[in-house]
Amino acid sequence: MRFDSLIDSVGRTPLVGLPTLSPSPDVRLWAKLEDQNPTGSIKDRAALSMILRAEKEGRLHPGATILEPTSGNTGISLAMVARQRGYRIICVMPENTSIERTQLLTMWGAEIIPSPAAGGSNEAVRVAKGLAAEHPDWVMLYQYGNPANADAHYEGTGPEILGDLPEVTHFVAGLGTTGTLMGAGRFFREHKPEVRIVAAEPRYGELVYGLRNLDEGFIPELYDASMIDARFSVGPRDAVRRVRELVESEGIFAGISTGAILHAALAQAAKCVKAGEKADIVFIVCDGGWKYLSTGAYEGTLDEAEDKLDGQLWA
Amino acid sequence: MAIEVRIPTILRTYTDGERVVEGSGSTVTEVIDQLENDHAGIKERLIENGEARRFVNIYVNDEDIRFTGNLGTPVADGDTVVILPAVAGGSAGV
Repeated sequence: MRFDSLIDSVGRTPLVGLPTLSPSPDVRLWAKLEDQNPTGSIKDRAALSMILRAEKEGRLHPGATILEPTSGNTGISLAMVARQRGYRIICVMPENTSIERTQLLTMWGAEIIPSPAAGGSNEAVRVAKGLAAEHPDWVMLYQYGNPANADAHYEGTGPEILGDLPEVTHFVAGLGTTGTLMGAGRFFREHKPEVRIVAAEPRYGELVYGLRNLDEGFIPELYDASMIDARFSVGPRDAVRRVRELVESEGIFAGISTGAILHAALAQAAKCVKAGEKADIVFIVCDGGWKYLSTGAYEGTLDEAEDKLDGQLWA
Repeated sequence: MAIEVRIPTILRTYTDGERVVEGSGSTVTEVIDQLENDHAGIKERLIENGEARRFVNIYVNDEDIRFTGNLGTPVADGDTVVILPAVAGGSAGV
């Protein structure tokens, strides 16, 4: 495949079968390898889509400053595109994310403003919104509420899957900004409504939820519950167990959030087996495991890995 | 065997600091009513107009009850009910 530039190569990722982890010939699992995007994550799709939309709408001009709350991947993707197009980029990132993310963001040219660990991404969003109010000339693309994020999956991820696997019955992805699930979900609702949309939501440790007041929660503006059919909460132990199974059984080396998604996909697969239904379940591999090696997720016992992940934004 | 109910930090003032309490009932509604009997005041923090509050997520065996029958979701001995505040973005390294 030949492209005019790296940016042009975003998307059109491989869909690969999981012959070992699939429970039976009638209930099959398929991995959509989003780690094969240019900066190594699914976020290249959303970042490119949001920048192109902002340029088209006249919100971004050469020399502009982009501001974004991000725990890493979106910032890396935005920085890759921004540098090539002459934008400055500032990322607000929780301080309890892995060191590799900071190193990668810096390498791709982003400036980082840390937000307090307690409260996780909620705090990053709050800090970024404050900065945006102080600097009206900065452009916050705001992945949690930008329709161009979901549209990247409505126009790309969803149609690619249906094209490669017309018999698809389930789509399983992570719930973060909700962009992947909302975009692909809307695509399937319109083009193959019998496809069930399954969300996997990471469940963090006490530190992340500790200070949350129940009246001040956060639900991304993009989220529309009618686009999904089931939602699983997955803790770090199950996520790590599955991410290890994925590399041991199928050779796919994925990031920890993909372990959570695989866990939900396998739960769905078990339900299909029990009900005697045929199923072709597609799940998203969000990124590779490289950025998470320092978290300890890939070595030692599950207990050790679980302890190390406590208090970290592992997904 | 009973139902295990996990309480978020912010609500442990109602459970004497306990993070896990024992519950009983055949639906989530019944579990929360029993919870209210044991820990007066907690129900009002969870439920509004007969539904889980907007920023409260309730899971039975890790599945969000909003997609399994809401407060009518069945529970049985040995099940785990997790209550969590809604937080920003977890997945895919947002």
